[in-house]
Order: sequence, then structure tokens, then C-alpha cells
Amino acid sequence: MEALLDILSGLHPEVDFETCTTLIDEKIIDSFDIVTIIAEINEEYDVVIPAEEIIPENFNSAQALYDLILRLED
Amino acid sequence: MKNRKFPLWLPAVLITAAAVLAVLFFLQLLFLPKYMSDIPEGAMVAEYYEETTDHEVVFIGDCEVYENFSPITLYENYGITSYIRGSAQQLVWQSYYLLEDTLRYETPKVVVFNVLALKYDEPQSEAYNRMTIDGMEWSSAKIGAIRASMTEDESMLDYLFPILRYHSRWSDLTSEDVTYLFSRDKVTHNGYYMRVDVKPVDSFPEPDVLADYTLGSNAMSYLDQMRELCEENDIELVLIKSPSLYPHWYDEWDEEIIEYARDHGLYYFNYITLSDEVGIDYSTDTYDAGLHLNLSGAEKLSDYFGAWLSETFDLTDYREDEEYSAVYAEKIQFYEEMEAAQYEELEEYGEIISY
Amino acid sequence: MLFTSYRFIGFITAVFIVYYLFPKKYQWCFLLAASYLFYYLANPAYLFFIGATTVSTWLIGRKLDQLHTEQDAFLAANKGKISREEKKAWKAQSKAKMWKWLLACLLFNLGILAVLKYTNFAIANLNGILNALGSGQQISFVDLVLPMGISFYTFQTMGYIIDVYRGTCRAEKNLGKLALFVSFFPQLVQGPISRYSDLAASLYTPHRFNAKTVSYGLYRILWGYFKKLVIADRILVAVNAIIQNPDTYQGGFVLVGMLFYAFELYADFTGGIDITIGIAQTMGITVKENFIRPYFSKNIKEYWNRWHISMGTWFTDYIFYPFSVCKPMLKLSTFSRKHFGDVIGKRMPVYLSAFVVWFTTGIWHGASWNFIVWGLMNFVVIMISQELQPLYRRFHARFHVKDKAWYGVFEIIRTILLMSSLRMFDCYRNVPLTFQMFANMFTHFKLSELNAAAFLELGLSGAEYALLFVSLLIVLSVSIFQEKRGSVRDFLFNTAPAWSKYAVFGVMVIVVIVFGAYGIGYDQTQFIYNQF
Repeated sequence: MEALLDILSGLHPEVDFETCTTLIDEKIIDSFDIVTIIAEINEEYDVVIPAEEIIPENFNSAQALYDLILRLED
Repeated sequence: MKNRKFPLWLPAVLITAAAVLAVLFFLQLLFLPKYMSDIPEGAMVAEYYEETTDHEVVFIGDCEVYENFSPITLYENYGITSYIRGSAQQLVWQSYYLLEDTLRYETPKVVVFNVLALKYDEPQSEAYNRMTIDGMEWSSAKIGAIRASMTEDESMLDYLFPILRYHSRWSDLTSEDVTYLFSRDKVTHNGYYMRVDVKPVDSFPEPDVLADYTLGSNAMSYLDQMRELCEENDIELVLIKSPSLYPHWYDEWDEEIIEYARDHGLYYFNYITLSDEVGIDYSTDTYDAGLHLNLSGAEKLSDYFGAWLSETFDLTDYREDEEYSAVYAEKIQFYEEMEAAQYEELEEYGEIISY
Repeated sequence: MLFTSYRFIGFITAVFIVYYLFPKKYQWCFLLAASYLFYYLANPAYLFFIGATTVSTWLIGRKLDQLHTEQDAFLAANKGKISREEKKAWKAQSKAKMWKWLLACLLFNLGILAVLKYTNFAIANLNGILNALGSGQQISFVDLVLPMGISFYTFQTMGYIIDVYRGTCRAEKNLGKLALFVSFFPQLVQGPISRYSDLAASLYTPHRFNAKTVSYGLYRILWGYFKKLVIADRILVAVNAIIQNPDTYQGGFVLVGMLFYAFELYADFTGGIDITIGIAQTMGITVKENFIRPYFSKNIKEYWNRWHISMGTWFTDYIFYPFSVCKPMLKLSTFSRKHFGDVIGKRMPVYLSAFVVWFTTGIWHGASWNFIVWGLMNFVVIMISQELQPLYRRFHARFHVKDKAWYGVFEIIRTILLMSSLRMFDCYRNVPLTFQMFANMFTHFKLSELNAAAFLELGLSGAEYALLFVSLLIVLSVSIFQEKRGSVRDFLFNTAPAWSKYAVFGVMVIVVIVFGAYGIGYDQTQFIYNQF
């Protein structure tokens, strides 16, 4: 989780990713950010997030994203 | 059973619809071209419905009748009552339907048709269509005229609801559109469009060489229908070709009409060949170098034609009739006033401006 | 059948009436029949192409669904019995099978589109190459039909089949229902590209006549016609005068043409979509919004989130994401990070995918280099603004202008100008001319040329300019209202006095009929009379 938060903060230092749950809904992160995040997650966790998992529910908060990573690792 | 609530919005919708239609109807009156100060040809067809007396002779055709025959002269010289149902570039099917339309109101003894329009076998121009048809009152004849006349881009809806056609005039409305919102001035003398100015015949372009010198079958079929309609109503149909020198009337066409008249026992006169006999002087009797006759020419032709009409047919001399003479006294006054006014303008400006 | 033809209005009126008289259960069948009739009236040959796309998508959709079901059944039946590796292997095998079917479907339908739409473009380019090589040989162009709306419905079916493949939606079992989804007639002319999961929800369900829904739809249709007929089709005259005569209209008039085109395109496209969504709404069907007042966007990215949304999301979901997260791309990203450092490595997937997206977006718009260059210019501008973001952030932190109203207006105008200048590729004949005219706008700018007489030369009268001005002001006011307070129709129905909704509707009808630039009065330059 720490590593993930690092990735996210690297993109948007001004956002508090630990509490925010509307990253997509409020357009805080856009498609470019998502792609960068996925590439970094791939580096960090060796997990490939497939295109069909790119839905608002999985990207609205750091927690949701982390859950997704865990699910895919399994 | 469920208790159905009466939808409250329904009356409101109906009232709105009625209000919108009323406004659109008013706007339609406003947007319709009035044809008063400019292009009086557009006002001719509607003027017929203002007539209070019947006519024994009815002319139908294009400018070659409404600029070349003067019903007032016919009345003054022979007591003949006549009316010209003509309009600009009136095509033969429009003439046919105007005849049908006329028969809804009266049955003349003689119908005179000018044959030049037979050269057109297909719908020609939207603008002319509108000038001929818009003035007609609604009847099956009008619908027939629309159907037969529409060019490819036109639609029946534009005739049913002229606002769809003329709404673009919102930006060029003039005071005329307000003045003549509900009524129009008279522009013709029983359908005759008067011009007193003179422009002698100069020369005409060589007539085109045509691929085919037969008159079109569609046009001729309307001539057939016209003839049949006259037969059914015991009307004498007379074919004429006015002494206008242009557009060119080919000899082949003339032959075809001579033959047609012979086959069906009709009279046919080509006044171009008879112009000497009529006494037309092309240096003084035309106002646009031979396309149309001026007042002097029209009166000569009317006198000549009137003599033949009263000799040939059993026509009433309405000069004796009290009711008619009262009506025609007014018409003659209007005629003379316009003549005087035109001469005045001619003197003042050197040309006719307001007619 | 154009949206603005009497025939179309007659058609939708008839469809509307029959739709509500039809047995509720079969309303969708009637809509399918109406859509196919609509297509048939446009050109009977079109039916063949849309039919081929529909049937192939239906069959493969069913097949994919079956494979999904088999996989689920296998996994359920063998739960706990097989190892993780075995499960993974089975899944991969199943996925590979599905992938083959998906690919077949995409290639087939994209193939139809490619052949019909791009063959002549390819030939033209080949001829250009042959010419450049000095060969006298030229390939002659082929005469192909281009079915109405083919770009829209092909992309719509592709989106559907990808969703089925991904398992995010179930395949439609009923061929008729799928055919309706593909051919739904209000969408056929200019989109939007609806998603199955969005449109299907209300497309097949029975709809009872509801006065409020129907009137909302009617308002929407009228508003669309207002924008299309009163604004777009009128300003079109001036736009054409400018862009078709680049030798005459230079300098300042290039700017005028660019701005007029921005108004025209906005009014035409959003107006058309209003008509589409409105027609659907009168039948109780919800079509997703395609525009959210795009000209209020403060930057180009926001603009593309608010303009032609259905296309933007399509390219994001089905091209940008799959392309940027596929394994080769991730490998390339890792590779570049190692060899060229973080700065390049990080940007690799985004840049490459965005390039592909904008290239395809360009070519999707039309088979010409103008559109391709237009797409790539969008890519360039987006990437530049992306790179400038840290700079902007610092600027905003330093000067605190972000919350100032005037700065917002500045950003909006900047975005409009930027997008409008890119759209010049849409206007001028070819790419070199477009660049030339863009430069010309600055080099030949003379304020004195932009006088009243010159504007009247463009084919619009003073009264028409006044009308355009007022109409655009109305559109602006409505947009500001929507931005600040939400739906105008909600306001009319809930807050405003009861009579006002009727009055507004009545006035709108009259305004569209009187001030719309339609009919013979506008086709013919004027009512000319020659003495005859």
C-alpha cells in the first residue's frame, strides 16, 4: 500500500490519496494518469491490470486500487 | 376499474396549439408577397375572384394574352364582357386548371387560348409557379395545378402552408406588406395589364435550332383536356397565337396547331401573320421591342378580334344592360385614369415607374 | 433523409404515433421495422451492409457468451479440485479462444468499413507514390457505396463485442434486439456511438405514454432545430463564402471564417444530437449525452471530455487503454526506463497510445490527410499542454489567478481559439493550404478590411447578422443557466409559472418556422423575375 501511495503522490502531490474516494468521479486523475499508474504498478508489483478492469470503481480510491492489485495477484 | 384522471395539460396544449396557429396564420398573411408596387403579374390570378359580373368570353394564357387584349375595348366597342385569366409564364396545365377554376363560378360562351405555352412540356420555374398558383382559391383545380406544376425541389406542403415558402421574407418586409395585409388594390383591367410606353421592335436573336419540332406530348394532352372540358360545357374553344414576335413561334409548331384545329373543328388564328391586317405597327405598338404590345397595340388587336367574335358567336351586347353598364362605367373610369396617370409619368420621368 | 427535411419530420411524427398505439410488448419490434425502413428509404443497398455487421456480431457475441459460460461452469465444477496453475492455464486457453473469435469479428466489420470508406483514399495515396517514383501508371478509383452512419454503427458494434469479450456485458440473445441496437434510426445519421449497456436499458422495455417525458423530448427536438436551422444553416453561407475562396478571403477573414465555423459546427452537431436524443426521449428511450457545453472547457483535455463524448470514451476505452496496458507496451516501458531513464520511460506508454488514438480518431473522421493531420495536431497540442502542466501549476501557485473569474474566461477563450484553429483542417481543401491560411491569418491581418460592407458580401444581410447575434446570445444564456442551475426544462416545469412552459414552447415553434434557414426561399438566391 505504501508503494502504491508513493506512485500516486508522485503524480499528484497535491492530492490526499489516503482519504479521497472520488478520484475518477471528480476527474482528479485522467486517462494519462491511469496509464502511468498501471505501468508503475507493473514495475512495482509485477501485476498487469487488464483494460477491462479500468472502470471507475477500481480507480476511485487508493484502497480500491490496492484491492484490485491483491485480487489480480491471486 | 381504475379512476382515470382527466389530463389537465390537454386543454393547455390545445390552447397553445390554437394560439401558435393563429400567430402563424397572421404571419403567413404578412409574409405572402403582395405584388402591388412591384411585379403586378403576381397579383393577377387572385383579382378574378373580385369580379361581380359574369363574362361571355374568357382568355387563358400567359403574357401574350394579358398584355395584348383589352377587355375594356371589347366592351366599349362591341359590348362583349370578357376576362383574361392569365399570369406570367402560365404553363398549359396551369391554364387548364385555371379554366376548371373559372368554371366553378361561371360558364362563358367562348374560351380563347393562346398557344405559345405549348412549347413548354415540363414544369419550369418555382417563382412563376408561385405567381400563378398562390392567387388561386382552394379547390381541386388548385391542387391539380400544383401537382402538375411542381419542379423537383418543390413540395405540396409549401403550397398548403405558404409560410414555409415565404418565411425567408422576414428580413425584407416593407410597409407594403402591412398596407396590403388584408386587401389588395386592383392592378389589371379584367386581367389586362396596361402599358402605354413605346419601344419599337429592333431585332431578335436568331431562333435556336431545335432537335425536335413537335410540341410536347404532355403539353398537348392538356390542350386535349381543355378541349374536352369546353365540349362538355358547350363552350367554343378558340386558339390564337398573339402577335408578339418573341419568343419565336416556329412554323412547324404553327403547322401542328393548324392541323390540330382542323382535326377538332376549332378556330385558330396566328396574329403574327395577320398583323398587317390587324394594323399593328411594330414601331409604335409595343412597349418592349416586340415581346408585348402596348395599349395602342392591344386596343387595335382587341378591336379586330372583337369584330370577329361578335360576328361569329351569338354574344350579348351588355352595353344595353343596366347592371353591367354601371359596373363597366367604373371599370372604364379606372382604365382611363390609369392611362392618364401612365402618360403623366411618361412625360415626367421618360419611363413608366409605378405600373 | 436529412433531419431538416419535411420527410424526416413526417417520418418521426408517424413513428411516434404508431409507437404508442403499438402493443407495449412489441414496441421495440416496431422501432426495428421503422429503423430498417428509414435505412431502406435512404438506399436499399445499405441494408446488406448493416445486416452483415449485425448478424456477424450477433453470432460471435453468442459464441463468446457460450465460452464465458463454459469457463464459469468449468471453474465452478472444479473448484478446489485443480491447482492455481491449472486454473490459470485453463483460463488462458479459454481467453485465447475468445480472442480469436473477437479478432475475427473486429476484422470482418472493420474490413467492411475500411474497404468502403478508405479504398479510394488508399488508391489516391498509391497513385501519389507511383507518381513520385516517376511511374506513369495510375490506379483508377472504384465506385463504392458508403452506407449512411457506417462509421457510427460499426464502432458501436465493435464496442459491444469487446464488452462481451471482456465479460462486462452479456451477449444479446435476440437477433432482432441486437439489430435494433445497431440500427436505431435517430442515431444513424450522426451518432452518438452508444454503448450497449447504456442504450439497451431503455431500448427494449415497454414505454407507456408519459406527458412529461414526451414534452421534455419535444423541447429538446425544438431546441435542436433552433440551433440547426436558425444558426448553423444560416451561418453556413458565410462560412462557405470564406473557406471556398481562400484567394479572396485572407488575413482577418480567415479568423472570421474560423470563428464562424466554430459556431456553425457547434450549432449543427449539438443541434443534431439534441434532435436525436429528443426523438429517443419522446419514445421513453434514454440516449447518453454526447456534449456537456464543450465551449466552456478551460483546457483541451477538458474539451475532449465534453465534446463528442461518446467518441472520446470509445477511443479511450477500446484503443487507448488496451493499447497502453498491453504486455508489449509494458515491456517497452520497462525497457525504456532502464535505457533512457525515468523521464522517457514514464512517458512511453502514454505518448505512444495517445499517438495511436489521435491518428485513428483523425482517420475515423474522414478518409483524407486533412483529418489525419488534424488528429495528430490534437495529439501535439495535448502533449504540449501535458508537459507544460508543472509550469502552469507553479504559475498558478505563484499568482493566484485560478479563482479569478476573468482568468476563467481567458482560459475558455484560449481553448476555443485553440480548438477552432485546429479545425481549420476541416475547412480548407488540403493540408498545405491549411497551414498557409493559418500563417496568412497573421501575416495579412488588416483590421480595416473587416468592415460592414465586407461582411455583407459574405451572403448574409444585416438583419441576418442581427438574428445570428441574438440567437447565439440565447444559446450562451441557456448554456450559462445549465452550467449554474441545471436543466432549463426542470426549471420550466417545476419552478417557473405553469403557463410559461406552454408559452416558451409556442414561441420556439414560431421562431423555428419563421427564422429557420430552410426551404426554397433559402435555396434560391432570390425571387428573380425576368420580363417574359
